[in-house]
Amino acid sequence: MKFTKALAAMILAIVMVVGLASAAMAEDTLKIGVIGPFTGAAAIYGNACKYGAQVAAEQINAQGGVQIELLNEDDEHDPEKSLNAYNNVLDNGAQMIAGTTTTTPCIAVGAQANEDRVFMLTPSASSPDVTANKDNVFQVCFTDPAQGTASAQYIKEHDLATKIAIIYNNADAYSTGIYQTFVDEAPALGLEIVSTTTFTDETTDFSVQVSDAKDAGADLVFLPIYYTPASMILQTAKTMDYAPVFFGVDGMDGILTMEGFDASLAEGVFMLTPFSADAEDEATKAFVARYQEITGEIPNQFAADAYDAVNALYAASLNAGITGDTSAEDACELLIEQFKTLQVEGLTGSMTWDETGAVTKTPTAVIIKDGAYVGFNG
Amino acid sequence: MVSFLRFLINGISLGSVYAIIALGYTMVYGIAKMLNFAHGDVIMVGAYIAFCAMQYLNLPPLLSVLCAMVVCTCLGVIIEGLAYRPLRQAPKLAVLITAIGVSYFLQNTALLIWSSNPKVFPSVFSVGQIKLFDGNLVISSETILTIAANIVIMVALTLFTGRTKMGKAMRAVSEDKGAAELMGINVNRTISLTFAIGSALAAVAGVLLCSAYPTLQPTTGSMPGIKAFTAAVFGGIGSIPGAMIGGLLLGIIEILGKAYISTELGDALVFAVLIIVLLFKPAGLLGKPVNEKV
Repeated sequence: MKFTKALAAMILAIVMVVGLASAAMAEDTLKIGVIGPFTGAAAIYGNACKYGAQVAAEQINAQGGVQIELLNEDDEHDPEKSLNAYNNVLDNGAQMIAGTTTTTPCIAVGAQANEDRVFMLTPSASSPDVTANKDNVFQVCFTDPAQGTASAQYIKEHDLATKIAIIYNNADAYSTGIYQTFVDEAPALGLEIVSTTTFTDETTDFSVQVSDAKDAGADLVFLPIYYTPASMILQTAKTMDYAPVFFGVDGMDGILTMEGFDASLAEGVFMLTPFSADAEDEATKAFVARYQEITGEIPNQFAADAYDAVNALYAASLNAGITGDTSAEDACELLIEQFKTLQVEGLTGSMTWDETGAVTKTPTAVIIKDGAYVGFNG
Repeated sequence: MVSFLRFLINGISLGSVYAIIALGYTMVYGIAKMLNFAHGDVIMVGAYIAFCAMQYLNLPPLLSVLCAMVVCTCLGVIIEGLAYRPLRQAPKLAVLITAIGVSYFLQNTALLIWSSNPKVFPSVFSVGQIKLFDGNLVISSETILTIAANIVIMVALTLFTGRTKMGKAMRAVSEDKGAAELMGINVNRTISLTFAIGSALAAVAGVLLCSAYPTLQPTTGSMPGIKAFTAAVFGGIGSIPGAMIGGLLLGIIEILGKAYISTELGDALVFAVLIIVLLFKPAGLLGKPVNEKV
């Protein structure tokens, strides 16, 4: 009796394994094009996306079911090369694009893809121009100006301050865009802006800006700027014995890698970022571990954005019933429909999309402690 | 009142950096009668050399500055010999355009060697600071050092051009190259020497600039260079005390303008004041309308 049971179980197991294997063989493979700068000056971003996407594909394929094949093409952060890369991946059978990584090429490829009716989900091209007037291009990252709104909400939610000073670069579209959305959002949240000062790319002396914030009694200084001027502002604040909370956006990323930078200046600086590699949830841990195995590096937000992009495309494709035989044109229309209602729980938060292609997700921030980014739970 | 004093101090601190750069501009202009637009970039090179000497070779600060001075002196003489000397008889405009070319050449070379990633200059000269009014007024050691360096350099240059034989030769070349040559003065060597001194000053200016404002990039020298040129014109180009006064005033106007009028208009104000001064005193504050500079 026992013997027959065991035998039956064994036979059943064999049948199941064979059945699964044949099912997997019969299953389709979705082909996704990944385009980004894998070489050249912006290679750090392109490679992060490439390996981030690779981790996502490995995990999906290991689960069985519909498989994913990634078609990687280098664009060297050049719009023309990016168009070539785009044509190459389509020739090789890509049905949708997880890309491109950087903004300028993404605008060029997006226009072509809109004409060809090919669906694009960029992990990291953050300008609003990327999605403007294109119903087929979506973003995983926040648009640049959306970071202003998100920062204001984050500051309010975590009760970081009520009196806020802003120092921004009025010669820079990125900085001005974030500043504008921040001041649009802040008053409604009860945040009081007590000091607003500007500088330009040529400014060497920040004493006036910092003095103004100090004299106005601001307890938080919002810095929607790149890390180079931010480092000067931190230095100036220190010589003035002024120690408010400093709050930066993604342009602040990189401040710790400046050669010769005294990391103690950045102690306690907040940075709005969708991803923190030391988060404790299982998905992040598994992602970070595998990414480190492949590259030997800690993944940055670009890698996490690409990981989420592949997962979002996969989920939407399954929902829409897209198979390996669906043409890129048909897949495009189906995916556009899907993304209107799609909700994805990613490493960079819980994401939904509006019809312009911009993402909505909860803003998160990291804080700099002992020269490293750590997640902030407050 | 305290905040006014604080802005004044910050203005003097910024102005003293402009002044030290302006000294180099005015020195070269006064003698060679050419605007060396590459001066700002020689400053940048000087700062990078000092940075590398301290960071990679672990040399003490003073030795690093000396190192930067030697490299910049050689660089200045080479630039003069290769780019400006062949154009001695050419129209002034040709030399001016060449100078702009040299400026871009230096910037791009620096980009190639040191990349565009900014480096943070170590604060080697901060030996402490003077705090007044319960710490509301801070005078940093960099400011004091820069002002002291300004005075020393100004006095030394004035004595050098006024009292020494080489200085006399310089003034002669400045007044009339042809006549100076007839009097047995080696014009080329005199102008080379001018560039050597100007470039050594640039190295010192570079270190002081980056000590006060510690971010170092290949474009670090360009804007301060233009402001310092403005300062030199403001004070009367060719006049050594004029460069110092022009630089200080420019820094103070910039900071006070930003503080009390608008941060967005800071730079515009500086140039508006320049235009007004030049309308009433076309040769600058201390410049003499006659061709008798330095």
